[in-house]
Amino acid sequence: MYPYRAPLREIRFTLHEILHAAHHYADIGREDLNAEFIDSVLEEAARFAEGVVAPTNEAGDRIGVRFEDGQVITPPGFKDAYERFVEAGWAALCGPEEFGGQGLPESFGGPVGELFVSANMSWKMYSGLTDSAVLCLERHAPEHLKQLYLPKMVAGTWTGTMCLTESQSGTDLGLLRTRAEPDGEGTYRINGTKIFITSGEHDLTGNIVHLVLARLPDAPAGTRGISLFLVPKYLPDAAGEPGEPNGVSCGRVEEKMGIHGSATCVINFQNARGWLIGEENAGLKCMFVMMNHARLWVGLQGLAQAERSLQASLAYARERRQGRAARGGEAGTPADLIILHSDVRRMLLTQKALVEGSRILTYFAGLQMDKAAYHPDPEERRKAGDLLAILTPIVKSFVTDAGVEVTSTGIQVHGGHGYIRETGVEQFLRDTRIACIYEGTNGVQALDLLGRKVLGSGGQLARLLGGLIGAFCQNHAGYEELSDYVPRLAGLLKAWSEVTERVAQRAARDPEEVGAAAVDYLQLTGYLCLAWCWAKVAAVSIAALKREPADRGFYEAKLATARFYFTRLLPRADAHLDALDAGAEPVMALAAEHFG
Amino acid sequence: MRKILVGVKRVIDYNVRIRVKPDGTGVVTDGVKMSINPFDEIALEEALRMRERGEAAEIIAVCIGPDDAQQQLRTALAMGADRAILVKHDGPVDPLVAARTLHAIAQKESPALVIVGKQAIDDDAAQTGPMLAALWDRPQATFASKVEFKGETLVVTREVDAGLETDEVDLPAVITADLRLNEPRYVKLPDIMKAKKKPLDVTDLASLGVDAGSPAQVVRWEPPAQRQKGVMVKDAAELVDMLKKKGLI
Repeated sequence: MYPYRAPLREIRFTLHEILHAAHHYADIGREDLNAEFIDSVLEEAARFAEGVVAPTNEAGDRIGVRFEDGQVITPPGFKDAYERFVEAGWAALCGPEEFGGQGLPESFGGPVGELFVSANMSWKMYSGLTDSAVLCLERHAPEHLKQLYLPKMVAGTWTGTMCLTESQSGTDLGLLRTRAEPDGEGTYRINGTKIFITSGEHDLTGNIVHLVLARLPDAPAGTRGISLFLVPKYLPDAAGEPGEPNGVSCGRVEEKMGIHGSATCVINFQNARGWLIGEENAGLKCMFVMMNHARLWVGLQGLAQAERSLQASLAYARERRQGRAARGGEAGTPADLIILHSDVRRMLLTQKALVEGSRILTYFAGLQMDKAAYHPDPEERRKAGDLLAILTPIVKSFVTDAGVEVTSTGIQVHGGHGYIRETGVEQFLRDTRIACIYEGTNGVQALDLLGRKVLGSGGQLARLLGGLIGAFCQNHAGYEELSDYVPRLAGLLKAWSEVTERVAQRAARDPEEVGAAAVDYLQLTGYLCLAWCWAKVAAVSIAALKREPADRGFYEAKLATARFYFTRLLPRADAHLDALDAGAEPVMALAAEHFG
Repeated sequence: MRKILVGVKRVIDYNVRIRVKPDGTGVVTDGVKMSINPFDEIALEEALRMRERGEAAEIIAVCIGPDDAQQQLRTALAMGADRAILVKHDGPVDPLVAARTLHAIAQKESPALVIVGKQAIDDDAAQTGPMLAALWDRPQATFASKVEFKGETLVVTREVDAGLETDEVDLPAVITADLRLNEPRYVKLPDIMKAKKKPLDVTDLASLGVDAGSPAQVVRWEPPAQRQKGVMVKDAAELVDMLKKKGLI
């Protein structure tokens, strides 16, 4: 397996040169988070990710979690790395200071999280969901529960879960059956079985805090009758330490295609004591805080695994010699490096363009979380919240789909050596594949984007995103050096706005239109957003090259990749435009019984 | 209570593949990841452990380098140094100039101990420690793999060609840290936050009265010769044969 090297130069370029992160932090009143500080945090996180976390990735995959006598045993090295992670304070990165966290804005979780997720995606899941659970409790839990649970969860000494799915209720949460009955002591008794619970049971920490969706006895049917409960594995004793068991048990651990080191559990609640979080029957609303956060995290997983695959592909293409390059080869060698072959270059550039572009988009979405929460101007807060709402399904789906393409391409670059286990690159594909499914499948994300966000807001969210890209085009119009980028971006933006209009008109007449259009619409929007990111990169790199930097090669590579994205990948957007204009009819024409 | 001065050199990170500038005037450093010299990290770690055992009160990290070297000093502060001094200087740092600088600061700060790495991974000179001891006229123990206080002296185990040598030195003294002295800690996030507020003084060679001249002149830089492709031999006999043919044995 190729050792993981944190791509700090790339991350710094994205944060400082493209997104101007230090200005962003100053805007939200955190002048102390200057570029030097950001770099210090990144450097130390990189050391930890490379030195402590990455070495656990292979054993995590090969050995995986074991399930013995109702107990989950995490792979060798996971517990030690986790304890060191907690001790070094990384678990508390964005946790609120009030509960012992470091109080860094949520956006820090993007770049810092990428490093840990690249190092070992399965391992990072134990703490990743805890962060989402903390956000949910901070927002919705009554004070006494915050005081009892948050200090431990923020520090990472207890972890959190989200218990939504049941065997009959996956995408459709309205079908869930887990019951919650008042016990006359101000709390509730929870009974039911949840499946696919990430980190539902493990041996890393002394307690696990489940956030469980369940129905009260008199609850209305469907999604309006779901409440959220906090259910600890062990009831805290008088000192706040894990005490009596609480009727929560693990019935099974799933065997999976990838993320073998992550415990995916069946969790049984038998008369377990639960505390209501938020209002009765408003559980889904509370859970959405957590899910939206988790969705950005899932996008980050696609990015992080794609980065690993890119690193491995580049290393391999620079050492593997096969065949002769078309324009003659290197004298004195029996064959040329495969990085000289056009088709291999096409694959490497596809990987590079998708990874580096997705990084910008994902971090940009992260910054909106901060602005939505902390910007002094309420209008800016509202705008950032709206932008985050439209970007979340794009980041979740587009970046995880890109993750699958990039990690699959990584195998292709390695040929047969990528398909066997030794090089480790097939693990990246197996691990990242789940990211297209959990936290709402990519199909559901597409419906969320088109149905709820774009059409549901009467086009307002689409105009906000389009306005942002349009403003970039206006500010950069007329520059000869950008003539390969800006006019094309502006043209695509126009086509996107128009097709949005046409889809909206058809959707008003045809209830099947939204479902049939959604995935193509999301992909089109994703390619548009990445074109915006790469056009920005082109503008920044052209300006940087004029200053005669010593590392010219870095900016030249950026420009070459921007050109590749615009000329070789962006035509995919036209295919999605055509598909959208074909409408729902070709999808719906075939009768279900005639599918074969 | 004792003060410890630790020399922290800013070098190209050990993971980076070094490239020599085409005109032979140096190596490419722009856009290249820079880090604390790994041996200096070990030196700092040892000082931190001494403070944690109550054997020292204050640790001062010193770096000679450009403005950007503040980054390495912040790392030193995050590891646990109490304060830092940046001595501004552009271009390569000559060992004699480094020794003079540390000497000047030692005279001001009167530390009980100066610890530096046994060598820096960029020029591999291994001269700063011994030169400082000579200028300061104090005892030195180089290549230390174990260090223990014994009253007002220091017992140092040194890694030498013949094995391990144990020396006892009077304080103040100069120690240079070898690889096996310790394993430096990972920095904790709260300590990075605290490091933002720790004092970092900036000065320069002229203000310290340090002569920047050196009798050593770097003439030219060039990359080492490319390694030739190896051959596989089938057994020991063939290996011996081959070595003989090449006149190596």
